[in-house]
Amino acid sequence: MTPVIQAKNTDKRKRYSQAIAFTIFKLMSYSVVAILFIILGFIVIRGIGVISWDFLSKAPEEGMTKGGILPAIVGTLCLVVGSSIFSFPIGIMSGIYMNEYATGSKVATFIRIMTNNLSGVPSVVFGLFGMSLFVNTLKFGDSILAGSLTLGLLSLPLVIRTTEESLKAIDNSYREGSLALGATKLQTIRKVIMPMAMPNVITGLILSIGRVSGETAPILFTVAAYFLPKLPTSIFDQVMALPYHLYVISTSGTDIVASRGVAYGTALVLIVIVLFVNLLANILRTYFSKKVKTN
Amino acid sequence: MLTIEAKNVDFYYGEYHALKNINLEVQKNDVVALIGPSGCGKSTFLRLLNRMNDLIDGTRMTGSILVEGKDIYAPNIHVDELRKEIGMVFQKPNPFPKSIFENVAYGLRVNGIKDKTFIEERVIESIKSAALWDEVKDKLNKSAFALSGGQQQRLCIARALAISPKVVLMDEPASALDPISTSKIEELIYELKKDYTIIIVTHNMQQASRVSDKTAYFYLGEMIEFDQTTKIFTNPEKISTQNYITGRFG
Repeated sequence: MTPVIQAKNTDKRKRYSQAIAFTIFKLMSYSVVAILFIILGFIVIRGIGVISWDFLSKAPEEGMTKGGILPAIVGTLCLVVGSSIFSFPIGIMSGIYMNEYATGSKVATFIRIMTNNLSGVPSVVFGLFGMSLFVNTLKFGDSILAGSLTLGLLSLPLVIRTTEESLKAIDNSYREGSLALGATKLQTIRKVIMPMAMPNVITGLILSIGRVSGETAPILFTVAAYFLPKLPTSIFDQVMALPYHLYVISTSGTDIVASRGVAYGTALVLIVIVLFVNLLANILRTYFSKKVKTN
Repeated sequence: MLTIEAKNVDFYYGEYHALKNINLEVQKNDVVALIGPSGCGKSTFLRLLNRMNDLIDGTRMTGSILVEGKDIYAPNIHVDELRKEIGMVFQKPNPFPKSIFENVAYGLRVNGIKDKTFIEERVIESIKSAALWDEVKDKLNKSAFALSGGQQQRLCIARALAISPKVVLMDEPASALDPISTSKIEELIYELKKDYTIIIVTHNMQQASRVSDKTAYFYLGEMIEFDQTTKIFTNPEKISTQNYITGRFG
């Protein structure tokens, strides 16, 4: 064979394009981080001055230009918990069914297509649907129940999807190993597969919480109150919610300019809640993956 | 005494005819090696013996397989009960993400055994039979993932033994292991044959000749020859068997 000798220039060119490509990739990924920090910094700088114990523990005052946002914080927490109670069990069980029982079947494919479609539906449509079904037809009224169910529907595809993906990621050899010992399918899922999938499933659940706590449109017609200083006492009460409160005081409050401070404060609280939830997700995930390895 | 009896077994993956008219009889406490080139159907046949192929969609079997005279494909057979009697060790060690102790106890627990002292005794006994005891006795509560590949495979063998199966199926149990671990597994098989009937799929000809009493040679879905291992390796009847064991192909 003749040696490849004319390669000198090509080699140089290859190295240059390699260097340029990686520089561009690096810049792009850094800029994503930069954008995130700019947004966070902006909100923190504008909002931090507003945050005080009173802001977190009092109801809005003086046409929502002063006072606190406690009812909105409580309302958002109620909706997160309420929607989770609804979407987690249904979503996880559907995910298990699709991946472990109906593997590759037409039913599973159909459910998958349907959930994908469901996740593509704009959230305002969920709001409209929730209003017509839960608020009017089932007569729940504007209530935590109606809002939670609507938000639950919205987060269902995400829960199903992440459960299914986490289960799919588990090597079949573990299933076979368990079944070969005389375990039933259910025992295999409960004792081997689910514990292994748990870290990823939890990540999905937490992501869905993050999504739910930030949604405005689905709660608009189903639960959110414009101004309601009283805290809820039952699941049939209306509540304020952080994202809607932010929307209200930024666009249609009594005095938009005067409530700017409250708006940034609210945004900061919302972001901190979401960040806290993500942090919790990471802690739980590490805890569970450790437990899975050592137990 | 006959432990396994396969009669006119044909097996299909969809349209693909993977096993053609297999007839094979295995005596109690024999070690039978299944050899043959990749894709010849030896693993497929092994997985028919504990109905592992049931898990694959679109497969179909005709003929019958009897274990101690019982048709394991009869409609009144519960697959999980069958698998309790026919243990399996896989190609890649697949311990569960649990402690060493819990891995071996798993089979007992899923079969409804709750008696703690019994479980403990049986776990220790099984780990000893799998020649793993000296290496793990001080760390039974440590994760099974912390063990080496060879140790993990012996743990998987212990796990299979814990539910006292009649037959142990091994699907290339040493192919992912280093030579030292491999020889440990082979010694172990030699020990285990006193108490168990063992069927082992292997690509390693020396391994087959070292550990087995009888050898079946599979080629393109057919069982070409089945005889005493010494006969297969010294004086096979069929030219195809001879070509394979002398390394002319495969």
